[in-house]
Amino acid sequence: MIFVLAALVLALMWAAVTGAFTFGNLVLGGAVGVIALLLMRERIVRPTLFVKFGKAFSLAGLFLFELSRSAVTVALLVLSPDLSKRLKPAIIAFPLRVRTDAEITLLANLITLTPGTLSVDVSNDRRVLYVHALSVPDRDKLIADIAGGFEAKIMEVFE
Amino acid sequence: MVDVLQYVAGIAMLLGGGFALTAAIGLIRLPDLYTRMHAASKAGAMATGLMFLSIAVVAFDGSVILRAAIGFVFVLLTTPVSAHLLARASFLTGYRPADITKPIELDAKDIE
Repeated sequence: MIFVLAALVLALMWAAVTGAFTFGNLVLGGAVGVIALLLMRERIVRPTLFVKFGKAFSLAGLFLFELSRSAVTVALLVLSPDLSKRLKPAIIAFPLRVRTDAEITLLANLITLTPGTLSVDVSNDRRVLYVHALSVPDRDKLIADIAGGFEAKIMEVFE
Repeated sequence: MVDVLQYVAGIAMLLGGGFALTAAIGLIRLPDLYTRMHAASKAGAMATGLMFLSIAVVAFDGSVILRAAIGFVFVLLTTPVSAHLLARASFLTGYRPADITKPIELDAKDIE
């Protein structure tokens, strides 16, 4: 069922990207989609995201807002004359509460695109995310911010 | 109405160019790879997003808007991954962060 739905969505996306909604093009897109899905069939998991559109939407909104804020912050920092004084980089160990690969990946990607933080790597046991930050006045506050912001939202969407 | 859209597109394009420029300045001014990835990933993604927005507004055509949106999503998915891989690879090969970086709560053996 999910497979058929995914193939349909892929066919529509194919038609949209190639820019022609003709019957032949839709069939071709569907065929390519089915092949792609067959190649990754082991990895298809239940798309819980579809069920929680509202929460996923609010996460996306928070993300776009944070990305804009982040880009402006970094731009201002880079252009400031006393750059070396304002720069206080650090690599922080962030204790993860989310557990699955999908959640960790999403959190790591969101962290990279938001103010002053960049994911370096996950520890081997997947319990700690190492985060590089541009300017860290307060280590514990940074951890609290991530845990209360993105991580909390991700847990709501995936729970 | 068309005029307004043209102006919106122009402003978005200029803003995007501005962010791309600050990303480039950041690459020169920041002290090490880790801090440079901040400038490249964030300002870079923002610049690409604004330029896609500009293209979408100027074309004002369903398929172009959809393609611009998909392009932006791909940038958002791939930029953090490449930043993360570069940072990880540098750390594992022994490229230390700049001296002002502290604390460093990461040991190469934790992520090998």
